[in-house]
Amino acid sequence: MASFEIQSKPNKMKSKLAQKRKGIFKNRLYFVLVLPIFALFFVFQGCNKKEAVDKDKPISDLSIYNLPSKWTNQNGQNIEMKNLRGKVLVMVMIYTSCKSACPRLVADMRNIESRLPDNVKEHVKLVLVSIDPEVDTPKRLKEFAIANKMDGEHWEFLRSTEENTREFAAVLAVNYKKIAPLEFSHSNIISVFNAEGELAYQQEGLGVNSDETIKKITEEAVKLN
Amino acid sequence: MIPLKKIITFFLLLICVGLFAQEVKMVTISGGTFVPLYGATTKKPVKVAPFSIDVYPVTNAQYLAFVKKYPDYSRSKMKGLYADKSYLTQWESDFNYGKNNLSNAPITNVSWFAAKKYCECQGKRLPSMDEWEYVAMADEKRSDARTKEEFNRYILSWYEKPKTYSNPVGQTFKNYWGVYDMHGLVWEWTSDFNSIFLSGESRKDKDTDKNLFCGSGSVNATDLMNYAAFMRYAFRGSLKANYTTKNLGFRCAKD
Repeated sequence: MASFEIQSKPNKMKSKLAQKRKGIFKNRLYFVLVLPIFALFFVFQGCNKKEAVDKDKPISDLSIYNLPSKWTNQNGQNIEMKNLRGKVLVMVMIYTSCKSACPRLVADMRNIESRLPDNVKEHVKLVLVSIDPEVDTPKRLKEFAIANKMDGEHWEFLRSTEENTREFAAVLAVNYKKIAPLEFSHSNIISVFNAEGELAYQQEGLGVNSDETIKKITEEAVKLN
Repeated sequence: MIPLKKIITFFLLLICVGLFAQEVKMVTISGGTFVPLYGATTKKPVKVAPFSIDVYPVTNAQYLAFVKKYPDYSRSKMKGLYADKSYLTQWESDFNYGKNNLSNAPITNVSWFAAKKYCECQGKRLPSMDEWEYVAMADEKRSDARTKEEFNRYILSWYEKPKTYSNPVGQTFKNYWGVYDMHGLVWEWTSDFNSIFLSGESRKDKDTDKNLFCGSGSVNATDLMNYAAFMRYAFRGSLKANYTTKNLGFRCAKD
């Protein structure tokens, strides 16, 4: 009796296995469809692996990536500051209708960009934030970017609500005031943030020597290599 | 049945009274125009739309209720981005303002971010600098007492008085609008404190500076008034949004 039972079990198991196998074969079509999706998923995972690891780390206390504000860029895409995580950020606040200080600030930004070697530049985003969101629509920002030859992928032009802009200025310690339609007074500060969104350096003034700023950007970018 | 009903009614009443007491008193400020003493590039009047403002600055007890509800804003959890190290240092611990601080004394050592968040959580906002100054130019009787020498002397004498921040709210004068403590207790955050230029970036402010610094020889009411206002604007101009100091508090406003 006992031996019969022992024999019968494997038999049952075999038949179950066979059934399962049949099931698998039946679902072959399904597999053909699903496998590539899985494969794609893994490929994506592979690409993002380095960044994904970084992004698991909690955002530090001093990081601008704590800011919940939403922004729109020159291409009409909606972003949050934390979407820029992993890049060294060079930031400045300007407005496109500005005639006096901003063209020089913009020139300073372009000058900084032109002096960055390629292996540094790939880790850098140069961000221009509008203090006049009413006038500086994404379309206008795009035109400004093109007109000023700042249309590359490492240039980002952002605008948000007046309140978010005021808050962001507070973070950068940038003061500004609307003194007339299409005219603002504002601080001339270029800020460098490390890949974690912490303030690393600030350059104050117009047309000042950018050596120290470039040194800081390079230092922070090298850490990412 | 009847006693139970009575008890329930009693408790409901108690809750209502409690809720009512929580409601912070605000007054309506009718709109108008005025020429701010500092920061106006032209001498053109600034328009202020009607709004409401808290009668008193926010107190320790009120702020405690806020951090209990939003522990991210408690002393130990507060993010460095939003406040410097002296945030709430005068408190005994995260959820206790301690015995040395009166429950009805104004909350101080709070950053602009904290003040802004507090007001937002009450469905309010910080007053703008123009709004604040508009309310602050009133004495007991007049909506604009800036040319009164006595009024200016009062403000300036407060600037010299130490430690007024530990006093309870509501002990200074009630002004024309029914608002207390605009002068005499603490300095206050405004939503656009970071719109001041005293470091030569805004060249157009120059003549105000000249007036101030050249007027020191003869002191009349206008000079005093300019000086008092200059102190406030200079103070605001020196702030950064994460700064906290023991003589700087805030109150909220609403459209």
